[in-house]
Amino acid sequence: METSTVGQAPRPARTGSGANTPAPKRSRPAAGKPGGPTKKRWFTWTRATPYLLILPAVIMELLIHVIPMIVGFWMSFIELTQFYITNWSEAPFAGLGNYSASLSFDTSQGKQLLQSFGTTIGFTILVVGVSFIFGMSAALVLQRSFRGRGLLRTLFLIPYALPAYAGIITWKFILQRDNGLLNEVLVNGLGIFDEAPFWLIGDNAFGSMVVVAIWQQWPFAFLMLMAGMQSIPEDVYQAAEIDGASIWQQIRHITFGMMRPINAVLILLLTLWTFREFNTPFVLFGAVPPDSANLLTINIYGRSFINWNFGLGSAMSVLLMLFLVLVSGVWALINRKVNRDA
Amino acid sequence: MREQISFRIFRWVVLVPLVVFTVVPLYVMITSAMKPEVDVQGAFQWWPRNLTFQPFIDIWKTVPLAHYFGNSLIVSLAATLFSVIIAIFSSYALSRYRFRGRGAFSGVILSTQMFPGVLFLLPLFIIFVNLDKTLGITFFYQTLPGLIITYLTFTLPFSIWMLTSYMNGIPRDLDEAARVDGTTAIGALFRIIVPAARPGIIAVAIYSFMTAWGEILFASQMTNSTTRTLSVGLQAYATETNVYWSQIMAASLVVSVPIVVGFMFLQKYLVAGLTAGAVK
Repeated sequence: METSTVGQAPRPARTGSGANTPAPKRSRPAAGKPGGPTKKRWFTWTRATPYLLILPAVIMELLIHVIPMIVGFWMSFIELTQFYITNWSEAPFAGLGNYSASLSFDTSQGKQLLQSFGTTIGFTILVVGVSFIFGMSAALVLQRSFRGRGLLRTLFLIPYALPAYAGIITWKFILQRDNGLLNEVLVNGLGIFDEAPFWLIGDNAFGSMVVVAIWQQWPFAFLMLMAGMQSIPEDVYQAAEIDGASIWQQIRHITFGMMRPINAVLILLLTLWTFREFNTPFVLFGAVPPDSANLLTINIYGRSFINWNFGLGSAMSVLLMLFLVLVSGVWALINRKVNRDA
Repeated sequence: MREQISFRIFRWVVLVPLVVFTVVPLYVMITSAMKPEVDVQGAFQWWPRNLTFQPFIDIWKTVPLAHYFGNSLIVSLAATLFSVIIAIFSSYALSRYRFRGRGAFSGVILSTQMFPGVLFLLPLFIIFVNLDKTLGITFFYQTLPGLIITYLTFTLPFSIWMLTSYMNGIPRDLDEAARVDGTTAIGALFRIIVPAARPGIIAVAIYSFMTAWGEILFASQMTNSTTRTLSVGLQAYATETNVYWSQIMAASLVVSVPIVVGFMFLQKYLVAGLTAGAVK
């Protein structure tokens, strides 16, 4: 378990019989067998096989990822406003103008981006934290079999299986001021508020968005943690039990210890996904959300498709990408240190 | 296994709020779909006073829902099919061969997965618009093939990554034995690897289909009135003058049921695939 990580250390490929020599650490072409013909030909079918296999994927990757990223990078350096969208070759060069416009925090644009960044960080921390705690608690409780366990497991996964818009739009109905369930409970049922509050505009919008996102995200945490706990061998617990360890001690010392690598991967995945969340604010509030719920991706979306300033939008998405690369890099460093210490 | 009282209490403390949290929106969706339109305009009713199936009939007339349904089905199936087929070949190469450029290739696959969709949406939109308006190539802009291509930006890398991990878990001896017997690489792939990786392939297919079916970001800009998919089409029940809440709930239910039922049947494959992909 602890030897293999997500990255999957490349294993030596043995393409034929008898090539069972210890493979060199750095990659060499697979067909370069010792004892083969001394004069290496540039092209052999055996050596070409892996390249032919990945060829369709390479072509698609170029078309859908590599070229768009290069284009997007270039777009961030031109003034791609509404006048130039259909003939972008005419758009004037902007240099670093889009970047400085995004990052000058004394203007309204820059201020909005900074605020949006803060909102996204707060949103991510809350959603990932609560989803993880919910998922971990449910997985722990459902690890031991009892009546109704299968049913609960299926029930908890429904919000994950549901198409995102179906779930979010139901929440939008619940959060309506005049005919929603929430205000019915809070105002008419419990009488907490005299005046029905608005949940989808103003500062309340942030809280609404967090709750809806947790509702959709936590089942994934639950699914992964549950799958991870299943891979812990039963006899470890039995041995601990014979030694007189309580359930809580077993959870603390066995489950949490064994789950550490899974937790690390899960938290990274949840963080990256939550940080780029778009569906929740878009379905709840539309393309122009209240300031309190203006997440980065929807901010970029609005800059591009509402204000028609694709140059600025591209500069902001390049900055977002750099930030995500930074986060993943820091995660990799911390994780390496944790693995070394453990 | 003996259980402590404290753990039993903990179980209730965890399960009750989570069940309520999960069930209430589902309950709202199901019951509101069966209320007459006037009943959802006023204060929320826990117990529907009048039950009706009228919303399930009206949804097909208010909005061309069947048309959107068809579009979603075409786009999701095509994106799933393309990414699964491409992933089978490249995952086999990544899992069984070492070759120059392998690291770079898997690096691209892994990193593109973590970037937000909007990063690819902006340039793809500009490229498609310009192909359409400047060069007269209308194949991509706001068409179904164009949307399918943009959907591959998220289905393809995930499929390759997940399937590679799954194939790494298949013992090498299996296909090596076949290779010794003189089978070609492609023969070993289709006769040995593909059957053994079936749960992984199914998991990849479900995941791709589900994400494509629920996708909103690309669909909101890459479709027009004829190519609209469900995710955007559902918003048409909210007009400027009126929001047909019971129809929205009915339509949400209709587009969710096939997915949720399919998910229930294939759940174990998804768990197996995700575990192979992420837990190991």
